[in-house]
Amino acid sequence: MTARAPEQAGSGQAMVCPGGPLLLRGARSYTDDAGVEHEIDRPVVAVCRCELSSLLPWCDSTHKRLPEDKRPR
Amino acid sequence: MTRRGAPLPETGQNLGMHTMSTTRAALPTPRGSLSERVVADLRTDAARLSQGGSRPDGVGEEDAALTLWVLHELSYGGFSDVDPDAEWEPAVLTLRRDLQRELETRLRQRWPGHHVSSDDFADELMAYIEADDGPSVASYVHTRATQEQVLELIRWRSVYHLKESDPATWTLPRLTVRPKAALAELQYDEYGSGRADRLHAHLFAQAMEAVGLSTRPGAYVDECPPEVLEMNNVMSLFGLHGRLRGASMGHLAAFEVTSSVPSGHLVQGLQRLGMAQELIDYYAEHVVADSVHDQIAVRLVCAALAEDEPEQAEEIFFGAFTCLDQEARFARALLGRWGVAV
Repeated sequence: MTARAPEQAGSGQAMVCPGGPLLLRGARSYTDDAGVEHEIDRPVVAVCRCELSSLLPWCDSTHKRLPEDKRPR
Repeated sequence: MTRRGAPLPETGQNLGMHTMSTTRAALPTPRGSLSERVVADLRTDAARLSQGGSRPDGVGEEDAALTLWVLHELSYGGFSDVDPDAEWEPAVLTLRRDLQRELETRLRQRWPGHHVSSDDFADELMAYIEADDGPSVASYVHTRATQEQVLELIRWRSVYHLKESDPATWTLPRLTVRPKAALAELQYDEYGSGRADRLHAHLFAQAMEAVGLSTRPGAYVDECPPEVLEMNNVMSLFGLHGRLRGASMGHLAAFEVTSSVPSGHLVQGLQRLGMAQELIDYYAEHVVADSVHDQIAVRLVCAALAEDEPEQAEEIFFGAFTCLDQEARFARALLGRWGVAV
């Protein structure tokens, strides 16, 4: 699964964190690449971009344990 | 008020037995001549503190740390047996300032310094914090700790977690526009996003109740070593002083960046031990929440603060270093007590 680009993030604001997740602010839900809609109940969420989170689609900071070259750009 | 759809949930519902807002701490047992005098004077008349002058020579660090913790506590929930007016008593403020200056001097002596060198402040700060290789209590809990050891960890952590996020809130009005908006966003989530039953300090209190511990603020201060007192004093010092706003936000950033992965280890360790679900949920919440908060703290609070106030840039690193150093001291004290080589 790949986090969507900011322009696909719906009504909320999005920010790509280099080497880390995509932050989504003010979104009501997030639809992953498989088309599954995930409800959002917090003001800002972090969407996984390294694809190794155990809580997909959300970031669990697994990227922090990856070497620099394995992290999402 | 919404006219259609489901009504907003009552923020006071589902709070269980816990009544943190109405419970104040009890004064701790003194650990030397200074804390003995301060506890006695606070109990009777805080103005009497002026008669003893400021901190006498020869007072031990632990005695001083406990005294400062008591004086800081007056600016949070206070004590059931102390007049709330003591918070602003000049004699109290004089002694508190003396002890804070000593603490800050010690922290700055430990700080090796950091020259901000790259164009990307956020990436540099993130890398600086992630390079920390201090001893990890969470890794030990993950694979080895006993239930008894976990309960001791919870009691020591409770001195902070029962007022989780409060010290950083002091910094909010000292910030410029962008870091202020970002810190408010982060704190809003810490405080439950408008839902009392999701406020992090409250989740911790519920977890403590679930494992049979007291949620009264400071209930376990008497058993805490000086490392626990100092790490709490550091957060209050950084928060209460506008001058230290950079250090306060750097501390927050380091705390958040080093929270999510260890929280995941704690979740697995608590599951291994079959401990209360409320306790597991508390740390599971931090795996998710702090994967958001760390980015907000580093990129939206600290980097914006450094851009708006360049003289705060190195102070942010000082705060981050101090947080990591305090955590390492905490871990060495606890793991040392458990007989674990670090």
